[in-house]
Amino acid sequence: MRWRRLKAIAVKEVLQIWRDPRSLMIALLLPFTQMFLFGYGINLDLKHIPICTFDREGSQASQDLLKHFQASLYFAIAHNVKAYPELVAAIDRGDCRAGIVVPPDFSERLNDAGTASVQAILDGTDDNTANIAWGYASAVVSGYSNDIQVSALDRQGRTLQQFQPLAVQSRVWFNEDLESRNFIIPGLVAVIMALVGAQLTALTISREWERGTMELLVSTPVTSGEVMVGKLIPYLVLGWLDAAFCLIIAALWFEVPFRGALATLFLTTTVYLAVVLSIGYLFSVLIRSQIGASQIALVVTLLPAMLLSGYVFPIDQMPPFVQDITYLIYSRYYVTIIKAIFLKGAGIAELSTPILFLVVYALAVVALAARAFRKRLE
Amino acid sequence: MSGSEIADAQIVAEDLVKRFGSFVAVDHVNFRIGRGEVMGFLGPNGAGKSTIIRILCGLLRPSAGRVLVAGIDVARDPERVRERIGYMSQKFSLYRDLSVEENLRFFGGIYRVPRDELPQRIQFAIDMAGLAGREKALVATLAGGWQQRLALGCAVLHRPPILFLDEPTSGVEPTSRRRFWHLIHTLAADGVSVLVSTHYMDEAEYCHRAALINQGRIIAIGSPNELKRTTLGGELLLLECEALGPTLAALQQAPGVIDASVFGNAIHVLVRDAERSLTELPAYLAERALRPSRIERIHPSLEDVFVQLIAADAAERRRAA
Repeated sequence: MRWRRLKAIAVKEVLQIWRDPRSLMIALLLPFTQMFLFGYGINLDLKHIPICTFDREGSQASQDLLKHFQASLYFAIAHNVKAYPELVAAIDRGDCRAGIVVPPDFSERLNDAGTASVQAILDGTDDNTANIAWGYASAVVSGYSNDIQVSALDRQGRTLQQFQPLAVQSRVWFNEDLESRNFIIPGLVAVIMALVGAQLTALTISREWERGTMELLVSTPVTSGEVMVGKLIPYLVLGWLDAAFCLIIAALWFEVPFRGALATLFLTTTVYLAVVLSIGYLFSVLIRSQIGASQIALVVTLLPAMLLSGYVFPIDQMPPFVQDITYLIYSRYYVTIIKAIFLKGAGIAELSTPILFLVVYALAVVALAARAFRKRLE
Repeated sequence: MSGSEIADAQIVAEDLVKRFGSFVAVDHVNFRIGRGEVMGFLGPNGAGKSTIIRILCGLLRPSAGRVLVAGIDVARDPERVRERIGYMSQKFSLYRDLSVEENLRFFGGIYRVPRDELPQRIQFAIDMAGLAGREKALVATLAGGWQQRLALGCAVLHRPPILFLDEPTSGVEPTSRRRFWHLIHTLAADGVSVLVSTHYMDEAEYCHRAALINQGRIIAIGSPNELKRTTLGGELLLLECEALGPTLAALQQAPGVIDASVFGNAIHVLVRDAERSLTELPAYLAERALRPSRIERIHPSLEDVFVQLIAADAAERRRAA
């Protein structure tokens, strides 16, 4: 490894990046747009679920119940319908996710029997939303039921607490407000870096093949190791910039709490960049066309990082064999690391296992990429 | 004739063979190139010239045989060879998105030209290529001849004792070509061994020795004069006439004629004895109602030699098959 040659390769690469708008676009614009696109686009918090109400009684009690729905943050009443077919049509059109039907004998039964039921009709095509809406609806109804009980007990001069032997006092750690954004955004940084990092280096060797400059480069005494390191250095710097860019957006714009140490973040991010940049480089070596290498790198890095890294979809909820596959997904380790650094303020000691996996991964990919590039034309 | 008498050989190929699958691109090739010698590789496209040069640069591995460059076995130690050679590939392969000076600095760094020497080496290359005042111009904006001279400049920046130039003048205008050959001879005068391929037959005249390559084999090798004297096996007449086709057919049957072939709008006739044929041929043609407007003795060009040799080689291959 000769410093003069490393420097010559690195300087040349910087000049080429600077003069190639495509590289610069990938490096600067892509992380920015992706952060906002996914940062706002993916939100697991369900609020303002559109519902239809069908009040078949129209009494004081039924209106009180529906007002509880209206007041809830989780529901927005889209329509008040007068007949079942209207309700069905509204759900079919997708105007609302659920229908709340109050029966015609609601207040009568409430007064006489002391209990009445309310019908909830749920759109099961999106089972996740349906499940959550069902949970929220039950909560609203039991809240109203509670109100009735309290006022009934009030009239008898008693209070409710005496009848509650056990109660859970819950306290959420790390993501106190249970904001899904705090959970998603740090992982999103990992996904974006996987995508951008591989895209940056996917062009670097294939460009030399495509433009015919490889023939001359191979005829010089430069070693394949010097080519690789010399080429990766500028991209590592770009990668640091991109990572800093994404992390600043995460912390300042999306206000994800950052509780860890910058040094831990820098160290682990550098190892992660070594992996993603080498992956792109590897494809660039193996596929001698820029378009081909870039597309393969896109498919191979983005999909697994999105689906199997645990950034949105929890790995422990996956079938066992899919869980085994996720060990091959390098993003998974960084997702674990960065979430822990951001939300838990974890240090290197707590994160030693995923860091170790990531380091081993980095060494393997770097070795593979170094071996893949042969100084021959065949 | 293979140059085995050359003592101070810088480039040696012994029984070199290169196969791509079942296709034999280089077929048992032998040659030696001495210090300060300019060797030309001539031959049609696809003859195997570039393949031989790429093997000598260590870009391709030979299927059989041995190549030594600067006394080093290329197959064993390609990196040591690469420090001692300069290479200009057939396809332009400098960085078009870099400026003249940036390209030179890049190769200066890659070849580790000593830092204190680099400015004057770069200046030398710029002067040689006639690119003074264009140091900051992007290579993509330069005309073909300038690009080729810059490529030569990059190839000699580290003062290699051996140069491989693969069709350096293709697509370059004639005045630039002459200038390019002048540069090659300046380098050779300093002791650089140069192997240069071309498909311009007339450029063989600029070489100390030339090798004619056809279908992967060297079919003739020697100085331009040697080639003209020995390979033709006869003397050459130029014949101009109206009816090219019938005249050619008649000449091929005529006594004393070894071969006849169309050359532009005239016919070159290879005969055993020029004096005799000059008197006999007009009468022979007149009997067949053919009247050449001009017939005279000419001195053969290398192109004549090569056309003759390639035709003979093709005939021999047909017989062998």
